[in-house]
Amino acid sequence: MTSTGIGAAVRRKEDHRFITGKGRYTDDINRSGQVQAYFLRSPHAHAKIKSIDTQEAMRKPGVIAVFTGDDIAADKVGGLICGWMIHSKDGTPMKAGPHPALAQGKVRYVGDHVAVVIAETLGEAKDAAEAIRVDYEVLPAEVDTSTAQRQGAGVIHDVAPDNTVYRWHLGDKAKTDAAFAAAKHVTKIDLTNNRLVPNPMEPRAAIGEYDTGDGVFTLYTTSQNPHVARLVLSAFIGIAPEHKLRVIAPDVGGGFGSKIFIYAEETVCVWAAKKVGRPVKWTSDRTEAFLSDAHGRDHVTHAELATDENGKITALRAKTIANLGGYLSTFSSSVPTYLYAPLLSGQYDIANIYCEVDGVYTNTTPVDAYRGAGRPEATFVVERLVEAAARELGQDPAKFRRKNYVKSFPHQTPVIMTYDAGDYSASLAKAMEIADYANIGKRKRESAKNGKLRGIGFSSYIEACGIAPSQAVGSLGAGVGLWESAEVRVNPVGTIEVLTGSHSHGQGHETTFAQLVSERLGVPIENVAIVHGDTDKVQFGMGTYGSRSGAVGMTAIYKALDKVIDKGKKVAAYVLEASAGDIEFKDGKFSVKGTDKTADFGAIALQAYIAHKFSGQELEPGLKEGAFYDPTNFTFPAGVHICEVEVDPGTGITRIDRWTAVDDFGVVINPMIVEGQVHGGIAQGVGQALLEGARYSAEGQLVTASYMDYAMPRADDLPSFHVGMTVTPCPSNPLGVKGCGEAGAIAAPAAVINAITDAVGHEHVSMPATAETVWKACQRAPQKLAAQ
Amino acid sequence: MSYTLTVNGRERRVESGDPDQPLLYVLRNALGFTGPKFGCGLGQCGACTVIADGAPIRSCQLPISATKGMKITTIEGLGTAEKPHPVQAAFIAEAAAQCGYCTNGMVMTSAALIAQNPKPSLDEIKQALAGNLCRCGTHDRVLRAVLRATGGQKK
Repeated sequence: MTSTGIGAAVRRKEDHRFITGKGRYTDDINRSGQVQAYFLRSPHAHAKIKSIDTQEAMRKPGVIAVFTGDDIAADKVGGLICGWMIHSKDGTPMKAGPHPALAQGKVRYVGDHVAVVIAETLGEAKDAAEAIRVDYEVLPAEVDTSTAQRQGAGVIHDVAPDNTVYRWHLGDKAKTDAAFAAAKHVTKIDLTNNRLVPNPMEPRAAIGEYDTGDGVFTLYTTSQNPHVARLVLSAFIGIAPEHKLRVIAPDVGGGFGSKIFIYAEETVCVWAAKKVGRPVKWTSDRTEAFLSDAHGRDHVTHAELATDENGKITALRAKTIANLGGYLSTFSSSVPTYLYAPLLSGQYDIANIYCEVDGVYTNTTPVDAYRGAGRPEATFVVERLVEAAARELGQDPAKFRRKNYVKSFPHQTPVIMTYDAGDYSASLAKAMEIADYANIGKRKRESAKNGKLRGIGFSSYIEACGIAPSQAVGSLGAGVGLWESAEVRVNPVGTIEVLTGSHSHGQGHETTFAQLVSERLGVPIENVAIVHGDTDKVQFGMGTYGSRSGAVGMTAIYKALDKVIDKGKKVAAYVLEASAGDIEFKDGKFSVKGTDKTADFGAIALQAYIAHKFSGQELEPGLKEGAFYDPTNFTFPAGVHICEVEVDPGTGITRIDRWTAVDDFGVVINPMIVEGQVHGGIAQGVGQALLEGARYSAEGQLVTASYMDYAMPRADDLPSFHVGMTVTPCPSNPLGVKGCGEAGAIAAPAAVINAITDAVGHEHVSMPATAETVWKACQRAPQKLAAQ
Repeated sequence: MSYTLTVNGRERRVESGDPDQPLLYVLRNALGFTGPKFGCGLGQCGACTVIADGAPIRSCQLPISATKGMKITTIEGLGTAEKPHPVQAAFIAEAAAQCGYCTNGMVMTSAALIAQNPKPSLDEIKQALAGNLCRCGTHDRVLRAVLRATGGQKK
């Protein structure tokens, strides 16, 4: 390992601009002649639009244009799409209702886009929006996940008269039911996975621009995947062909999934730029972000676990209703299906699994991928069930887990996935040691002396990352392939630009990707620049989500570097007057096997460009290579998190006393960055477990639409984290990496709730476990003492 | 109407038709200091923090008409990549930034704190940063960085 290579805790290159205020985010950009867009949004959760009168608004000062759904329709601008086809168990395709960028005839959630005002200033646009007269016929709103399908519910989309998008299933029902019939013990649990608002600190923003000279549109946008945005805006929405549309996603201030999707606002800005002949800018305010950024989670689940007389898990079954909101967002259909049920085997060897999922429409903000996307929901089901089963059986929860772990690899689960490598018992043992599990009884007695309830909770999570083999996801309904591309451009002086289709919005790619190049080419890390986020620079890319940038994005760079080294050897053969087969490359030097003849990487790069030592007929000049990498399997990061809490039964306040995380991410490129990602994931998971919950009134008003009403974790809410690692290299990529970005958010909620339920002595604690919830739980008699 | 204020050591005159226009927009749009960020516009997240006459303030809540004679420091005036303020250097050393969007507020609030209280305790730092939201979850690293900048250590 070099000081800047793989495994080194290199300090982040991008931080120099972030800590001096020189980051360049979409809202920091202003274009000459720019005007401002403001969206008039529906105040009703469900209503017919009988008419819209924009006459008065058009006459207001500074107003340039007011557009409605009729204008979008007249220009044949296509609707927003959902790019993952799910079929119901009866074989019928999912019921995708229309999703126009500006409402046409109906609104389906509070915040739905009704009209856009474009004016010289934002203040003028807002004032004019107040003068738009919309005649609504208000309809009853359906907001509740568990009742949206009931007889007599208001119909949200005509295509889905029972508000059901699909009735999907996975696994063998008959075999699973038979295993339950034969079980010695069955554990049952009812769970709600609370709705979350992603809330990246940077609100979404967009600037659309149209160049009349060459007919090219440019869109600056807060996107995790600018090429996917361009593809959708071109091929489906029909703004312009791809070569006439440039999408730039500069520095992006956090995404957590919510900036994967292609939304109405950027669609309207780029379309309207040509209509008004000036750049059109929109920046979301925080209330708009709460109302219109795709939300996360929102599942209601009944799940059961069957065990035999030896405490071996024999089967798991689950029935989930997933709230998808008022429209299908870009990847929403896949989240509670293929990103969820295939993870229901957890880290356990379970022979029989069956899962049914109903996706439902409600008059709420669309729900889509949020950090972990489906996998936190699966982990919460599995780990709450396993913990409850251990308690019911009177077994130590750690021993019960260890007994049921998958112990040999590869392991085929009954729900699609083939786990390739892992050592779950090693992570468990290490976590128990760091957490001082041996003395938990003593600490509980100490707390009891002070009138407090102490509890400990495990979460043995697994995730499927490195999303994903294109053929595999294609067979499951994905509309795109999920490979990644890279291009390595070596300059004549030996400095290097790497163009990647991954997008960094907090993950530190400019550092970790450069570490890979520094290690493999033996060049100083300062000589490497990582270029991303511009469709005019990077040829194509699928973007960053699903912890895929290391396993897929970096592997594409790795493959391109292979080609650069191979080409370099050919050039070196001419320069060093040897045959290419005798050239070796190590530590930044080309050498002739068995001799002392060497040449630096930079010297060979120069020779490749001046091309004096070889003829152009024998070898192409230059040193630039690209690669597309399609993974052969998902990757399977896994680990054990242990949360220890102390509950004050008098107030219901839960204090997290200590947090232990032992994760197996395979090979770690930069431990400092990985640990930071783990911290961040845990913070979001603790937020879900203790603080956060989006709430709607019965009329469909989001009552938690500001930071005063929706609690995000702050410095004082979080403990110090004790982070450990175990390593089983991933066998499916040459770097051995698995991914780390989502782990904490996947592991944490179950660990917290398992700890609180241990403390209060029964399983009836829902998320978010606020002081009120926990105080009420403390009033209920303990079921039985947790196994010590 | 024209207003005179001192930003990063230089006197600046700006025109604004609205005396209630928040300082944040004047800094970002009229003067080109985009270091302070818009996060909520309601003084609830801290992303827009600047230092005014030594105190950390929410620039999204301060009307331009109230800035007369104030000495304002934005993150651009705190230090440079070559010569960073101790808090900025500590943020790099502890990898306390992720997406970088809340970083302005975290750095400016911390810098104002240690100007007033050169050896804050961990609790005092938590208290000072209680109004700064970070969705990346960098809190632990930010606390470490502030302690590092003041010569302290986090367990």
